[in-house]
Parts: sequence; structure tokens; C-alpha cells
Amino acid sequence: MSFINYSSREINCKIVYYGPGLCGKTTNLQFIYSKTNPELKGRMISLATETERTLFFDFLPLALGQIRGFKTRFHLYTVPGQVFYDASRKLILKGVDGVVFVADSQIERMEANLESMDNLKINLLEQGYELEKVPFVIQYNKRDLPNAAPLEEMRRQLNLLSVPDFEASATVGKGVFETLKATARGVLSELKRLSH
Amino acid sequence: MMDTQLVMYDEDYRKILAVINRLVRDANAKALFVVEKNGQLIAEAGEVAGIDTTSLASLTAGSIAATGGLAKIIGEEEFPVHFHQGVRDNLHVTLVGKRIILVVVFDDRSSLGLVRLRVKKAGNELARIVEEMLKKSAAGFAAGRAGSPFDEITDDDIDNLFSD
Repeated sequence: MSFINYSSREINCKIVYYGPGLCGKTTNLQFIYSKTNPELKGRMISLATETERTLFFDFLPLALGQIRGFKTRFHLYTVPGQVFYDASRKLILKGVDGVVFVADSQIERMEANLESMDNLKINLLEQGYELEKVPFVIQYNKRDLPNAAPLEEMRRQLNLLSVPDFEASATVGKGVFETLKATARGVLSELKRLSH
Repeated sequence: MMDTQLVMYDEDYRKILAVINRLVRDANAKALFVVEKNGQLIAEAGEVAGIDTTSLASLTAGSIAATGGLAKIIGEEEFPVHFHQGVRDNLHVTLVGKRIILVVVFDDRSSLGLVRLRVKKAGNELARIVEEMLKKSAAGFAAGRAGSPFDEITDDDIDNLFSD
């Protein structure tokens, strides 16, 4: 859950990038890191294997600007996508304020997308959250690949809640900031809603 | 169970700072960090210059979460105390109450025994302060006001964040 610090006048929120293995969660964070002003970001941490597969999480702290004199800071995390790291994924979802689901557009990865989406719902429930109530955005990544499934098909299968969704090619940065902004907007709107 | 939102007012921060400034002296510690279990840094004391405190907070929370998961696998609730021994500096990490982690960095000017002793007393004090903070946050939340700066913000304020 968000942390509001009146002493330093900061609002801190946590966004988690979820999705199947090799869908591009870490690539999203790496692109954000590479394009953000040094004074607005902290160090990016990747707890990864020697073959650069996420082992526990990636972490990127980001400052977005001020709202009514409060600095808004977002802590971006990725989960390890591989199926057998489920225990770690559960831990990373603790205290989440917003979720990005990164789907792999390659047609042969559709089953992995669906499995990961189910896994997200189950793991959120275990933490006391319902996906329907969490600020949630879907990104269809790897749209540039020739074997990408049609967008409408991906929407029909994955975006059952009609949440904001974006096409992306994270390696070149297309759609990456649009996804992040929509998620941050969702998180802040939810905090506003809760305060009324 | 979902955590409640954490709101820290200046008076809470000053109380926490008083406890940890005393602890850093009493324990002969180099530095001290109070971290929320979800990875947010709450307060720090001592020689913190040059330390990436945001990363420290996030990794501490990750490490506590991972060992908490291990504890459950073998039938323990948590491992409340962790000690990491280095060549020069050591880390003593303690769970305080349900939401807070206390991280003490110390070198050979202190000892594990002294740190452990001092942390125990200060930890109880910190737990009480944080418990009060959480109660205040939850009460504000239940009353429909999270006591947050969001009471007054508009959709335009949110849009302006992204106006670049």
C-alpha cells in the first residue's frame, strides 16, 4: 500500500510488472531507466541469474513530479516470469498499488499469457486483493514480431475487464511510457477516490 | 490480509527519529534504517552519506520477505532476527512488530551482543510508535479520509504530472 510521508512531503507507491517468462517486463524497466533524467531516478536493481533471467525481482525507483507540494515517487518492480518462481511472485505483490500485465504477443505464447493472468488473479487474492479493484493496465508487447497474434484476439482473451491497454515493442520503447503513465494515473486516481 | 495504507506525520517521524538517534549512539552503530515491510524507507540515522538508501530499503524488504517465506516452509511464522557478517561492516536486521524492519550497520567499534541488547529495548519503543501510526492511518481510512494530500487534488493535478 502507498506510504504518505508528511515529514518529507512524499507519496510513495508500488507498481508491479507481471507476465509470463520472457514477455519483456525487465525490458520495460530498462527502457524507462535509460530514458529518465538522472535526478528523477534511483539505481536500477536486477536480481537475475547469470543468463539474465529475473531470479527475484527488478527494482526501479522513479520520481514523477509534484502534486500539491507532495513529491510523487513510484517504485517499479518486476516479478520473475518463469512458472516455478511462484513463491517469489507472491512476495513481490505484497503492498502493490497498481499492476501492469505484460503480454507476449507471439501467437505461440498465448497459453503462457493466459496461465500467467490466472496466476496473477490467484496470487493477488492470496494477498487480499481482487484484480477488479486494483489499478490495472495491460500491455501487448512484441507487436513488431511477424508471429504476433491479431490485437483483437489478444484483447478478447486477456482484457476481460476492459482496462486501459497498449500495444508495445519494449526493446525500442514503443508503448512503454504510455503503459507506465496510464498505470500511475490509475494508482493516483484510486488514492484520490479512497480519500473521499 | 491486505495492509492498511501507512501515513506518517511529522510528529510520528520526530518520535521515531528520537529513538533511532539514541539507538545509534547506545549501540555504537555506524548507521540505522527503519524500513517498512513493503520496501519504503521510513527513517535513517548515523553515517548514511554515500549509502543508496532507496535500494537498501527495497532489498531489505525483499530479503525479509524471502526469509519469511522460508520460515513458513519449515513451520515457523517468521525469522525475526537476521545477522550478516562482513569483513568490515555487519548488518543486524530485526522485525519490529508486524510492519517494520530495523536495520543496524555496525563495525568493530561495536559488537553483536551490544547491538542485540540495545535493539531489543529500542525495538519495543519503535513498535509502539508504529502501532499508533497504523491505528491513526486505519482510523482515517475508515472515516473515509485517508488523512492524505489526495483530499484536495483534482483530476487536473494528476493530468499535469504527465503533461510533458
